[in-house]
Amino acid sequence: MAYLEVRGLAKSYVTPRGTTHVLGGVDLALEEREFVAIVGYSGSGKTTLVSLVAGLVAPDAGEIVLDGVPVTAPGPERGIVFQQYSLLPWMTVYENVALAVDAVNTGLAAAERRRLTEELIALVGLTPATWKRPRQLSGGMRQRVAVARGLAMKPKVLLMDEPFSALDALTRASCQDLLIRIWGEHRSTVILITNDVDEAILLADRIYPLTPGPGAVLGPAIEVGLPRPRARRHLSLQPAYQKARQAIVDFLRANRRVA
Amino acid sequence: MTPRKVALPLLSLGAVLLVWTALSHTVAPDLPSPLRTWQESRRYILEPFFKDGEMNQGILRLAFYSLVRVGKGYLLALALGTPLGFLLGLSRAFHESFDPVVQFLRPISPLAWLPLGLVIFQKSEPAAIFTIALCAMWPTVINTAVGVRSISQDYLNVGRVLKLSRVKMLTKIIVPASLPYVFTGYRLSLGLAWLVIVASEMLTGTPGVGGFLWQEYNSLVYSHIILSVVTIGAVGLALDRLMGLVEARFKAV
Repeated sequence: MAYLEVRGLAKSYVTPRGTTHVLGGVDLALEEREFVAIVGYSGSGKTTLVSLVAGLVAPDAGEIVLDGVPVTAPGPERGIVFQQYSLLPWMTVYENVALAVDAVNTGLAAAERRRLTEELIALVGLTPATWKRPRQLSGGMRQRVAVARGLAMKPKVLLMDEPFSALDALTRASCQDLLIRIWGEHRSTVILITNDVDEAILLADRIYPLTPGPGAVLGPAIEVGLPRPRARRHLSLQPAYQKARQAIVDFLRANRRVA
Repeated sequence: MTPRKVALPLLSLGAVLLVWTALSHTVAPDLPSPLRTWQESRRYILEPFFKDGEMNQGILRLAFYSLVRVGKGYLLALALGTPLGFLLGLSRAFHESFDPVVQFLRPISPLAWLPLGLVIFQKSEPAAIFTIALCAMWPTVINTAVGVRSISQDYLNVGRVLKLSRVKMLTKIIVPASLPYVFTGYRLSLGLAWLVIVASEMLTGTPGVGGFLWQEYNSLVYSHIILSVVTIGAVGLALDRLMGLVEARFKAV
């Protein structure tokens, strides 16, 4: 059995205008320390998939087993970096990260927890902004706080729901570089949800395309045969990069709904 | 402040004084003119803290009595209304059982509560405070409940993922997230509390701006009615501005 196993996950939403079948049987398997990306058009059910794995929403069918334990409720072992940052605006950067550190490390002394919090803030390069509130930060800085908070949960698997989609291209690139560096040091198990094929190839070991809904399912896995550590420069010129990109784009195009 | 922002309100003030003068000289001969009002009230304004007797005191002294009474009733309103609002916002069962009661009690006038307060407490002071609290608490109750119910699901999800305890969920997420709404409720409640003071003082005859107003009406000193009305308006405006500043601080987060 894989470290994280998702089997036959299905979810529909009942609205006044009828039932929407969002996910129609998603299967996914992740080994420990793998970085997997799920790519799909917006509106194809990516966020629903994350909410299900996080346990924030209950599935209609299927199951999720993480490290041998079935997922039934949310918990910090499936840490999330939310799409809209979801930083608490009345808390400083420190307090936002400390909330997660304190929640997960109840056994540690206060001084130790403070050290952990400061370490995480330093890891995402925000030490000078420690005592600022989210509204005083740029979008990129906010998302780095969200990443620090996600890591603070010491998750068995870190779920990232389009973490950089709200950022401009340059900020996005620097956040991606940061993520590459952090992942290189920590080797966490990560599921990255994105609508950016290049982002997926740059960051992930393996990519699953998500067919557009209704009833979205994952397409065949595409291995990214690029060596690590990866650097952004010249990456797109490598044959492995172009091969992976072509495979994803072809799959998404072939399964596109007729617009 | 631009000259425009000074000039235009002064212009409208002049218009009010003009209409007032015209009325006092034509259709309402018992209404004292602005000039007469000033002449008969100047001592109350220029020596605002003098005290000749229970009901004959400087206007700020009277306003102070009223403010103390309002303060007590208002604090009681917040002490009752805030937890009630949180319960209504947090618990569906509580909302379903108590919301009809709230909607029923809310529109009852202070004039109706006061005699009941007198029956219960047998004394005018606690009856007045009871009336103020009962009338002023509803905006706090309703705004707090709305504030709790409109907390973004994203914030609650953060708490759920972190598996925060109920207490931490409340203190770290629910209370701070609903605070702007709560303070809007506090501001509206203070306005209502001040509105109720006049009625309760008139009916109980206690010293304060409202009691003074009623006494001077009975003594046929009509200019002092106007003095009281102007004082009530000025204090009400000052209170609202003060709460507006407090509220803005909380919204700035």
